[in-house]
Amino acid sequence: MRLQMLKQKRMMNSSVQAWILLAPTLLFISVFTIFPIIRSFALSFTAYELGMKRPLFIGAGNYSYFLTSGLFWKIMKNTLFFSVLTVVPSYAIGLSFAMLVNNNRKGIGILRTSYFYPVVMPLIAIASIWMFMYMPETGMFDQILMNHGKRPLAALSDKNTVLPAMAMMYVWREAGYLMIFFLSGLQNLDRELFEAARIDGSTFLDTFRRITLPLLAPTTLFVTIMAITDSIKLIDHIVIMTEGAPNNASTLLLYYIYQQGFIFFDQAKASTLTVFMLFIMLIVSMGKFISSDRKIYYN
Amino acid sequence: MELTFFFPVNVGGSVTKLVDKICNDWNAEHPEAIIKPVYTGNYDDTVVKIQSAIQGKNPPDLFISLCTQRFSMYIQDAVTPLDEFIKADGAEGQAYIDDFLSGFMEDSYVEGHIISIPFQRSTEIMYYNKDTFREVGLDPDNPPRTWTELAEYAQKLTKVGPDGNVERYGVGIALNSGSAQWQFTGYCLQNSKNGENLMSDDGKSIYFDTPENVEALQFWCDLQNKYKCMQPGIVQWTDLVGQFLSGKVAMIYHTTGNLTNINNNATFDFGTCFLPGNKRQAAPTGGGNFYISKGISKERQQKAWEFIKFATSPERAAQWSIDTGYVVTRKSALELPEMKEYYEKLPQARVAYEQIPISKPELTSYDSTRMWRILNDAIQAAITGEKTPEKALRTAQAEADEVLKKYR
Repeated sequence: MRLQMLKQKRMMNSSVQAWILLAPTLLFISVFTIFPIIRSFALSFTAYELGMKRPLFIGAGNYSYFLTSGLFWKIMKNTLFFSVLTVVPSYAIGLSFAMLVNNNRKGIGILRTSYFYPVVMPLIAIASIWMFMYMPETGMFDQILMNHGKRPLAALSDKNTVLPAMAMMYVWREAGYLMIFFLSGLQNLDRELFEAARIDGSTFLDTFRRITLPLLAPTTLFVTIMAITDSIKLIDHIVIMTEGAPNNASTLLLYYIYQQGFIFFDQAKASTLTVFMLFIMLIVSMGKFISSDRKIYYN
Repeated sequence: MELTFFFPVNVGGSVTKLVDKICNDWNAEHPEAIIKPVYTGNYDDTVVKIQSAIQGKNPPDLFISLCTQRFSMYIQDAVTPLDEFIKADGAEGQAYIDDFLSGFMEDSYVEGHIISIPFQRSTEIMYYNKDTFREVGLDPDNPPRTWTELAEYAQKLTKVGPDGNVERYGVGIALNSGSAQWQFTGYCLQNSKNGENLMSDDGKSIYFDTPENVEALQFWCDLQNKYKCMQPGIVQWTDLVGQFLSGKVAMIYHTTGNLTNINNNATFDFGTCFLPGNKRQAAPTGGGNFYISKGISKERQQKAWEFIKFATSPERAAQWSIDTGYVVTRKSALELPEMKEYYEKLPQARVAYEQIPISKPELTSYDSTRMWRILNDAIQAAITGEKTPEKALRTAQAEADEVLKKYR
């Protein structure tokens, strides 16, 4: 009997201890994550523009405004397009880099560093330099084209080339970042498997398809979610390079949120868009986890 | 007491030092009310910072912001109307207001109240490279006065290299978001039936899709695509001056606030002139005014008012104009010897001042920033060929009307 009471008391003590240790983080998350999410959700059902003393409840007005707005769907299309344009190449290039540097040759450190260094540069600096390179007629790309007798491109002024141009800059940076995760994943793979495959006469492609890729599945999952959410979260390059020009061909969702909230000071519309964005991020994360649950082999 | 003073800088040159000097001079004479100047970036950054401060209930005591912000400031109840301060100064107060150039003072009224005082005011002028004029056989003292002449001269001045690429464009107009609307105001004023602007005086109506405006936008597209004398695509405001100084473009539309900068750095003979017109010559004004925040004590408001008068005294207004190239804001400043000497040494500076009588405010209305974005998006759509000028402006008009519905 006494033993049971002691046991219960110890359990309670340790739960209290747990709460105390968790409290600071809980507080932080509540203030900076949970409360803003709730507030954004609440504001999305109001109208709250510059000069209004308090928000005015308008039901689903903001939602119907955006869902029927041509510009909103254009921006969503842009965001999706940009996401694909950055995730797929950075994934492929990152994995290739990782496989290239996954050995212990002399000087491999230098090669790894040179693939990785774009990651430590602030995106604003990268965006500024690439904007300079894309400058019409005087920038590096147009100069190269003109020297070969072709017409200059002015990549950032044309609605067909502006997103690919910005994606290229972004992949230049992101590939190195993803490389690190792939490298770590590759180095955790059992060398015996590859030995066995080599002995059995497996070709490079076969080994890659049937051993490397499947075993890299947890890394792939992680990397893909990161790459997708990263591509949606980015805004520095838009502010620097185009501000959404030409005519919103390069406006992405987060820039649109920034514009509504901090340039037009319309908190209600910005909140509504934030809810959309949260929704998308949630679906991306969930979708990936659920679909991959069956396919992942953890060691 | 210590008063915080937010100020932006939107032109080249070391303008922050000049503002600091004015504040230091005041602080020396008025130790009981020290002014603390805080540089807050360009106009856009400053608008955001001021907004955040207002919403955080911690506004700066006084600040300089775009004159086009006056409706936004008014509707938020963020600034103190200055009428009572002017009245308290009696006849002197009225004389003070009357001394400002009317083209600039126009920008200070909302619903009949004066809510700001002109300070760093500009107008758009054309800078042109006289050496290139001589090179192609044009008279360097006869810049283009009409749209037709502009297109003609610009085509002559465009130099195509042996490899088929353009080495120098005839004319440059900035088309990036945040700048295009300023240029377009000028073109609208130059072509409208009776001199109408893009908006009504009360800030509640917008006139984007008049046939005259469509004509103006079509002219821009033609300069790029038909006459091929303007660089295709979206040229950035900040790049134009560099292009001009390095000889890549012969004529540019830019702010008079860059005059000192260009004068100090041009390696060639340059001139300034009125903007070429169509039905008439006209130009947009721009720049920043002083505002005093609401919600601060009467005492602080009074001190802020006195500082504003100090900073805009005829001598200081003259010195400011000389140091930066901004247009002098007061008529009496013109009589000062330093002003006369300046105009003698740098005759190009007179042009901006002389253009004021035909200058009108730039696009200002309720929800200004959104209007700018709507117009700039439309201009970009037309320039890149995505929509015809007519369709672009028609769409913009519909969007603008939708936004302004609630203010009527």
